[in-house]
Amino acid sequence: MKHMTAFAALSAATLTATVAMAEPQAEVLHWWTSGGEAKAVAVLQKQFSDRGGVWTDMPVAGGGGDAAMSALRARVLSGNAPTAVQLKGPAIQEWYDEGVLADISDVAEAQHWDDVLPAQIAEHMKCDGHWCAAPVNVHRVNWVWANKSILEANGIEMPTTWEEFNAAADKLKAAGITPLAHGGQAWQDATIFETVVLGIGGPDFYQKALVDLDPDALTSDTMKSVFDEMRKLRGYVDDNFSGRDWNLATAMVMNGEAAFQIMGDWAKGEFLAAGKEPGVDFVCAPTPGDAGFLYNVDSFAMFKVDGKDKQDGQKLLAELIVGPSFQETFNLNKGSIPVRTDVSLDKFDDCAKKSAADMKADGAAGSLLPSMAHGMALHGAQSGAIMDVVTAHFNSDMSSDDAVKMLADAVANSM
Amino acid sequence: MTDWLSRHVPKIVLAPTFFAVLLFVYGFIAWTAWVSFTRSKLMPRYDIDGLIQYDRLFSNPRWDTALNNLFVFGALFIVISMVLGLLLAIFLDQKIRIEGALRTIYLYPMALSMIVTGTAWKWILNPGLGIQAMVQGWGFPNFKFDWLINPKMALYTIVLAAIWQASGFVMALFLAGLRSVDGEIIKAAQVDGIPTWRVYTAIIIPSMAPIFLSAFIVLAHLAIKSFDLVIALTGGGPGYATDLPATYMYAMAFSRGDLGQAASSAMIMMGVVFAIVVPYLYSELRAKHD
Repeated sequence: MKHMTAFAALSAATLTATVAMAEPQAEVLHWWTSGGEAKAVAVLQKQFSDRGGVWTDMPVAGGGGDAAMSALRARVLSGNAPTAVQLKGPAIQEWYDEGVLADISDVAEAQHWDDVLPAQIAEHMKCDGHWCAAPVNVHRVNWVWANKSILEANGIEMPTTWEEFNAAADKLKAAGITPLAHGGQAWQDATIFETVVLGIGGPDFYQKALVDLDPDALTSDTMKSVFDEMRKLRGYVDDNFSGRDWNLATAMVMNGEAAFQIMGDWAKGEFLAAGKEPGVDFVCAPTPGDAGFLYNVDSFAMFKVDGKDKQDGQKLLAELIVGPSFQETFNLNKGSIPVRTDVSLDKFDDCAKKSAADMKADGAAGSLLPSMAHGMALHGAQSGAIMDVVTAHFNSDMSSDDAVKMLADAVANSM
Repeated sequence: MTDWLSRHVPKIVLAPTFFAVLLFVYGFIAWTAWVSFTRSKLMPRYDIDGLIQYDRLFSNPRWDTALNNLFVFGALFIVISMVLGLLLAIFLDQKIRIEGALRTIYLYPMALSMIVTGTAWKWILNPGLGIQAMVQGWGFPNFKFDWLINPKMALYTIVLAAIWQASGFVMALFLAGLRSVDGEIIKAAQVDGIPTWRVYTAIIIPSMAPIFLSAFIVLAHLAIKSFDLVIALTGGGPGYATDLPATYMYAMAFSRGDLGQAASSAMIMMGVVFAIVVPYLYSELRAKHD
């Protein structure tokens, strides 16, 4: 009998819980599982529950999101998609084409996203004209990080053209210092490649070659000189670079084993975590070239879900993600900059301030461009084909002529 | 009744596994074949579109590299492992005192996961940490052993690590084979004064033909499914110089959202497996009829 009472009490409690279940629900699939990233997600989680929501975390670690995408595929195929999923770039539209993304335009319009987000970036968040994803942050990809004391000891200024970079690197090499810290993984080779395309060809050429995949641009002489520069850069890398992780390359700059690293601003997180200060211990500058800002924007795409509680959760999530307070705390933790242009940057470091100012200026000048190497510009199969060529060229003695031909073939083959 | 049961119980018991295998092995092979004829990208689509994926596959230089690597790696790995395994087995067969301990030592690498083998060899072969650095430290500054980061040689580091792992196992197979050869024949040969090496080449090794076939089949399928070793040792690099069909398929299916391409590469891999297994099955089945 005693058990019966306990059981009755328990079911009553469950019942009340069910009645109170009208609260917003969200199941969020993401792969931010490392220290700073997990902290950044916890910020969102807390804000969500502060507003009365129930958050179900679905972190899938590993593989730069490969594992998470497999989990997503399985969930979508079984007709049980998560509420929100960490997705970016053209992958959002690819999923939209499969007919599984939801419409969050009412939130976006109520919150005036169009007024606060850079137009180019907002475009990635729209599917057929309506909003289907919420942007979280902006990473700038075309950064050079340098060890300040090495530069000073060798009388080197931060290079602003690739010629200056080559001159500086030759000088460092003669002095017995590894000029460029680099990890030989395909995406890292491609990261350098796209900054060279931007620096040598300029923003218009970048757009034509790596976004529109114009065959004339891909086989042009400019592209040949890009591969010539890649060959030179290969000579500035130490012998041991193959397969090295990017953060180990960053550590080389930090410890004075190498002078420069070309890497997105997540490298800054490594410097800051080691207690280094921008402008004092290390220098940040855009990669050589006149103009241009290559962005890598993380975002959450909203999937079609059933039930008002889940749809409410989706809307609340979207509102919070683009909200100014989350944008500030999240990006301070993640090392990126807010995607909103109206967030105060007082708490951010100098590199982030420079990044935000450039984003505004390049946005107005039309040179705010999606990163190819980080899946913002092209579908996976297309950027994959380009990365294959870039890494094959970088790791062999292929001539620039052959590389250009191979590039055009690979792009045509990937369609 | 009992008659009926005794006749049908085996069928009833086997039926679930039979249907499971039918669906989860052959059903999914058929499904993969279907997908390989479509333009599937992120998610499977089912509109047949001819041989487009196979066209793309064979005009992709990365696939060429992967397939070539499989044949080079497979041939070297199988031949060297068998030769080495056979020699080790013959040496161990000389009635030496600590045979048990030696056998364990040689067999031990097989107990390690390929990931562990790959990671350990990655350190050993890394020019800045491993053999090259060590020999240079001994006072030979010009010594070079940089296969791991040399796109032309990196494949052979995988061969090296794979042989290290598998040759002990092959040795164990051959040792069992050697022990099963009829001792009378060997004694008769010794009485006739035939030298030991002739006993091995003319009598023992030929009588071990079935063991050779088993070893070959095991090694061949190890070679074709090689994936974890490449991932741990070179990550497919430098560039994509050490890509194998398995790593190619993984990249297409899981990193690039190109399911059609992945499916067509899987079908080709299956073709390669069939080319090896079908003759084997054929010889097995024929032997039973004789």
